Amino acid sequence: MIQNIPLSYYLVISTLMFFIGIYGFLTRRNLITMLMSVELILNSVNINFVAFNRYLYPQQLEGHFFMLIVIAVAAAEAAVAIAIIINIYRNFKSIDVENVDEMKY
Amino acid sequence: MADYTYTLLIPLIPLFVFVLLGLTGHKMKPVVSGLIGTSGLGISAILAYATAFKYFWTGHAAGTAYTSIKAFEVSWLHLTDKLTIHLGVLIDPISVMMLVVITTVSLMVHIYSIGYMKGDPGFYRFFSFLSLFSFSMLGLILATNIFQMYIFWELVGVSSFLLIGYYYEKPSAVAASKKAFIVTRFADLGFLIGILMLSFNTGTFDFQTLTDPHGPAIATIGGAAFMGMSVLTWSLIFIFVGGAGKSAMFPFHIWLPDAMEGPTPVSALIHAATMVVAGVYLVARLFPVYALAAPDALHVIAWVGGFSSVFAAVIACTQTDIKRVLAFSTMSQIGYMMLALGVSGFGGEDGLGFMASNFHLFTHAMFKALLFLGAGAVIHAVHSNEITDMGGLRKHLPITHITFLIACVTIAGIPPFSGFFSKDEILAAAFHSNKFLFAIEYIVAGLTAFYMFRLYYGIFWGKNTHYHHTPHEAPLVMTIPLMILAFGSIFAGFLPFHNLVTSDGKGFESVIDLWIAIPSVLIGVIGIAIATVMYKKETAIPDKIAGTFKHLYTWAHRKFYMDEVYLFVTRKIIFRYISDPIAWFDRHIVDGTMNGIAGMTVWAAYSVKGLQSGKLQQYAFVFVGGTVILVLIFVYLV
Repeated sequence: MIQNIPLSYYLVISTLMFFIGIYGFLTRRNLITMLMSVELILNSVNINFVAFNRYLYPQQLEGHFFMLIVIAVAAAEAAVAIAIIINIYRNFKSIDVENVDEMKY
Repeated sequence: MADYTYTLLIPLIPLFVFVLLGLTGHKMKPVVSGLIGTSGLGISAILAYATAFKYFWTGHAAGTAYTSIKAFEVSWLHLTDKLTIHLGVLIDPISVMMLVVITTVSLMVHIYSIGYMKGDPGFYRFFSFLSLFSFSMLGLILATNIFQMYIFWELVGVSSFLLIGYYYEKPSAVAASKKAFIVTRFADLGFLIGILMLSFNTGTFDFQTLTDPHGPAIATIGGAAFMGMSVLTWSLIFIFVGGAGKSAMFPFHIWLPDAMEGPTPVSALIHAATMVVAGVYLVARLFPVYALAAPDALHVIAWVGGFSSVFAAVIACTQTDIKRVLAFSTMSQIGYMMLALGVSGFGGEDGLGFMASNFHLFTHAMFKALLFLGAGAVIHAVHSNEITDMGGLRKHLPITHITFLIACVTIAGIPPFSGFFSKDEILAAAFHSNKFLFAIEYIVAGLTAFYMFRLYYGIFWGKNTHYHHTPHEAPLVMTIPLMILAFGSIFAGFLPFHNLVTSDGKGFESVIDLWIAIPSVLIGVIGIAIATVMYKKETAIPDKIAGTFKHLYTWAHRKFYMDEVYLFVTRKIIFRYISDPIAWFDRHIVDGTMNGIAGMTVWAAYSVKGLQSGKLQQYAFVFVGGTVILVLIFVYLV
């Protein structure tokens, strides 16, 4: 039954997620919300990998493996990002991204 | 060919003294710097006399022509195969004569200045500049080629600027030094154009090649003509323009009266005896080219000289500042020298004017330096330059009085003093060539006697004016040069110039033509007599004459308004219509372009600066946007 869903549907989903994630990253003020958007982007890429793997090379598993790596990296990056956000909170008493603009001309 | 390489020392010793005094002079006691300067010049003077003796008498076979010898030459700038500029020393009758003149007068001025400049805080600076001047002038006369002469010409101008502006805290002195430099520099533009034209057409700068009667310069007589005169004539006229500027010929004379702002020894050395005769020397140096190939240029020179001499003589009759009178007298006498060159021919007796001009240069240096140094002694005693502040000084300053009187009699042309011989030769040369110029010079001779004795009586005779403190005679160090120069003024006339310095190097027989000599003495005596009647005792005659000829007197007293004319032409015409638009163009268009380019750069920088706002989301946006654009390009366009 899964083979009856065309590949393009999965790709549309992942593209939509990707751009929603980018939109969220560019427009949200809360740092944690921005972090969530980044996770959305990463997950959309994961869907892409798995979809291609399943439809083009059903006997091999490289796509799945790479998706696992991406998940691990995303987790590590989320940990680091939370640490940075905590530090920003300690300095500015707020996690509004507008405050984080001191490294400029 | 005798070895004259030692003559290289003659200009180099003053150069060394200049550097020495300039760098270390402030550390020595003033008198020491004066002695160093004087002894340097003394050595140069001794070498100069030795050179003269060797060149004119011992190293020379009787009856042959004097040749020009290149004692030393080094190739200084080798630009292309055809264009090389050399530096060297040229020994020939006029340069040896000038060596004697310059070193003697400079030595006298040095000795005099030890006394005159005593107590002045810049004592060593004065002597270093005097040595610089001596070096420059000696280099000028010893130049082997016209470009070297131009280099030293400018150096002499610089020395003059430094010395006129010696009292640099006086605004009038600074203004005078600027005026002198700018006017002579402007004339030197003509000189440079002339040099370029001459050397381009003849292919050489070298004097020996240029003045060779069979050489390229004289052979290009048939060159392209412009307005009726050949290119060669035009180039020689331009060269004369440069000489006219330095020698204060009309209309470039305006700097000379103002140059009297400098200390009196400077006036004696530079503006009477040596620098101002550089123009005469230049024409004399190129004389074969002038006489054989460009006689039209000689006409111009003769008329300019004649006009300048009468112009200056008229003005000198009305001036009350001693040094101004002497300055105009210098201008007038140099007019004589230029005129003598202008009416001269070439070769043997035709070259009488050439010989007379150099003879007059020689004697004039002596008596004019004497007059200026004597005036300096008077000024030193009375602390004022105006004749009205002086009178009856013959009792207080006996030595100055006698030497000044000797110089006045010499310049009036009374035999047997030297002025008579040289002036008589000039009048003879003028008479044989152009009767109208002779008439002008004859009148000027009378005027010269008149205004010099007017000056003499004004200083030394008349009622005893009230002096704050009794004027005292100058110290020995100042009067000894006066006596030496007086000796020279009296006896220099007996030198046999007609055998030594002539247009083609060969001597010729010269007899005193009584038909010219007696009238010239007569007009001198008449001038003295009129001055005696008018000025010996203070009478009302001068004021009455000034009243009758009111306009002429005012015009002459105001130097014929030449300074006003120059100021009008420069301020109202040149500044307003030429300089101001050019300055506007420079400020708004040239600078505007540069500022505009800089402004555009700044605008671009500010725009780009916005990209680095520190806002994280803006960075991300730029990143994503750029990626999208690149993808579009690569997918659809490439």
